[in-house]
Amino acid sequence: MHELTRKLLAVVATGVLLTPVASLAAGPSIPLDRANNDVRNVASLQRGAQLYMNFCLGCHSAQFMRWNRIAQDLQLTEEQVMNNLMFTGDSIHDTMQIAMPGADAEVWFGKMPPDLSLISRSRGTDYLYTFLRTFYVDDNGNSNNKVLEMTSMPHVLWELQGLQRAAYDENGDWTGFEQIRAGSMSPEEYDRAVRDIVNFLDYVGEPIQVERRRIGTMVIAFLLVFLVLSWLFKREVWRDVK
Amino acid sequence: MSATQPEVSRKLGAAGRLNEWVNARFPLQKLLAEHITEYYASKNLNFWYGFGVLSMFVLVIMIVSGIFLTMSYKPSATEAFASVEYIMRDVEYGWLIRYIHSTGASAFFIVVYLHMFRALLYGSYKKPRELVWILGMLIYLALMAEAFFGYMLPWGQMSYWGAQVIISLFGALPLIGEPLVEWIRGDFFISDITLNRFFALHVIALPLVLVFLVVLHIIALHEVGSSNPDGVEIKENKDARGIPVDGVAFHPYHTYKDVVYITIFLILFSLVVFFAPTAGGYFLETANFDPADPLVTPEKIHPVWYFTPFYAILRAVPDKLGGVILMGAAVMVLFFLPWLDRCKVKSIRYRGWQYKTALGLFTVSFVVLGWLGLMPATGFYLLLTQIFTIIYFAFFLFMPIYTSMEKPKPVPERVVYHA
Repeated sequence: MHELTRKLLAVVATGVLLTPVASLAAGPSIPLDRANNDVRNVASLQRGAQLYMNFCLGCHSAQFMRWNRIAQDLQLTEEQVMNNLMFTGDSIHDTMQIAMPGADAEVWFGKMPPDLSLISRSRGTDYLYTFLRTFYVDDNGNSNNKVLEMTSMPHVLWELQGLQRAAYDENGDWTGFEQIRAGSMSPEEYDRAVRDIVNFLDYVGEPIQVERRRIGTMVIAFLLVFLVLSWLFKREVWRDVK
Repeated sequence: MSATQPEVSRKLGAAGRLNEWVNARFPLQKLLAEHITEYYASKNLNFWYGFGVLSMFVLVIMIVSGIFLTMSYKPSATEAFASVEYIMRDVEYGWLIRYIHSTGASAFFIVVYLHMFRALLYGSYKKPRELVWILGMLIYLALMAEAFFGYMLPWGQMSYWGAQVIISLFGALPLIGEPLVEWIRGDFFISDITLNRFFALHVIALPLVLVFLVVLHIIALHEVGSSNPDGVEIKENKDARGIPVDGVAFHPYHTYKDVVYITIFLILFSLVVFFAPTAGGYFLETANFDPADPLVTPEKIHPVWYFTPFYAILRAVPDKLGGVILMGAAVMVLFFLPWLDRCKVKSIRYRGWQYKTALGLFTVSFVVLGWLGLMPATGFYLLLTQIFTIIYFAFFLFMPIYTSMEKPKPVPERVVYHA
């Protein structure tokens, strides 16, 4: 986009803010299921990474996530990462980029698929877990989603989950899904696979988080000891104050 | 105080001679005595008096962590967001420095609000401490500006749109509004230029102002002496050596006590930094994990929690200019507190029911307004906002009346202290 066009659009968007219109980024339209993922579960992270590389990385970069960091944190060797997770000719020191040109993506999907480095932090893991499990075939035969209606993302995991249709009661309220075509996984297996992907994205959002809590525990333990000592010192110093 | 300075210097040998040499040229010993070893504060100060030292402690935390962040942060619209993630991922312990700084911002306001509340409880703003209070209020204003500029730097969605909303407020001013907004942004919309100047203000201008004001605040305080929970002037009761009988030296007495306070603070601070750095989306807002996008408005736009009481007041009136004036008044009215309060008694311990009730209502209104600032300003929320805005202002506007009606209890001659 030309710089001028971008500026003009920004000015228009500024005007839009000052008039009360419906917000452009809507929240989830259904109650979210709990992801209950555990970032300390390395096996789950490894499975999630594998699924991510196979199904997501074609379109979704994670431009702040470095390959060798994945090797280190997921207890894999750099060779394992290069041979099993990296399908492009990137260096192990690179971050997770995609090859799809932005201009093509806008033609194919209407917009550039977002980078997912921080998606778990901006949307939350429950959102992602529910989103990836609520794709359905709508009445027009199109792929749709219950969390993000009219999403431009196709159901890339359909081979695993199969296809489902939304079911409604007599009042027209949504009640759940009906399986219309079986996938390679059972519903339980699929939920686990999605949980693994979400777990991986949770890790990608903040790779330090397990280590952060570990260090935190030691810091708090030290401070508690220090608190006792500082209080004893204080009491000693104040002993002569009557 | 047993040995004279030259005697001490002789005993210390080379170090003593250096000490003598320095003090002949710079009043080091005098300053230390005046402000530390021979500064006497009441022995009965309770935990409320710890928030002053904690405010200074957080200021130091922010300056030190800020210096390290500046080493890797890039104040550019195209690089800022990525540079913050670079700090979070690739800089050794960058995540810790960043979380300390982001948690510190909220911690700063928590301790400053409690420090100000202490003044309301014990009448610390009253004669002879009016200037201490005014300098403190100036620090608070500078702190708000500092926080606002800093919040833009991560260049996330909330950084961008929060700044957009706040800056656009100046547009409500008649005649000069729009040109003023343009002048602040330095552009027709919030851009790289705005980010650069906010960075300059955040890392250089405001910190200098803050440190300078803090020094003035302390000098003014040490001139008149610290207040205490009884509102007794300890300087009015001195022993033969001219030392207040109810006072104990800042060092070692208060310093040792402050170390305990600082440790307790650090435990709570570490719980957030290490176990809940976003504090449920209050300290680091979820929308700010999306990079700034001038074309997409976030679902909800509101300032960070420490501004929400004033943001609620802004939205209490349907008119934009009216809201801006009201919000400004809500902050500025605090400056006049020393003269609005007509009661001679300082401490809440001995004041009448009128002030106690008013302060209770005011505290509730401030907290509730803070919550309402996060809610949509419609329907029931709007009504509540208006009610609590009225209570907020009533506390100040009727203060000259209800404080002169007070029948305070007798204030003791000496401070109450149980060893």
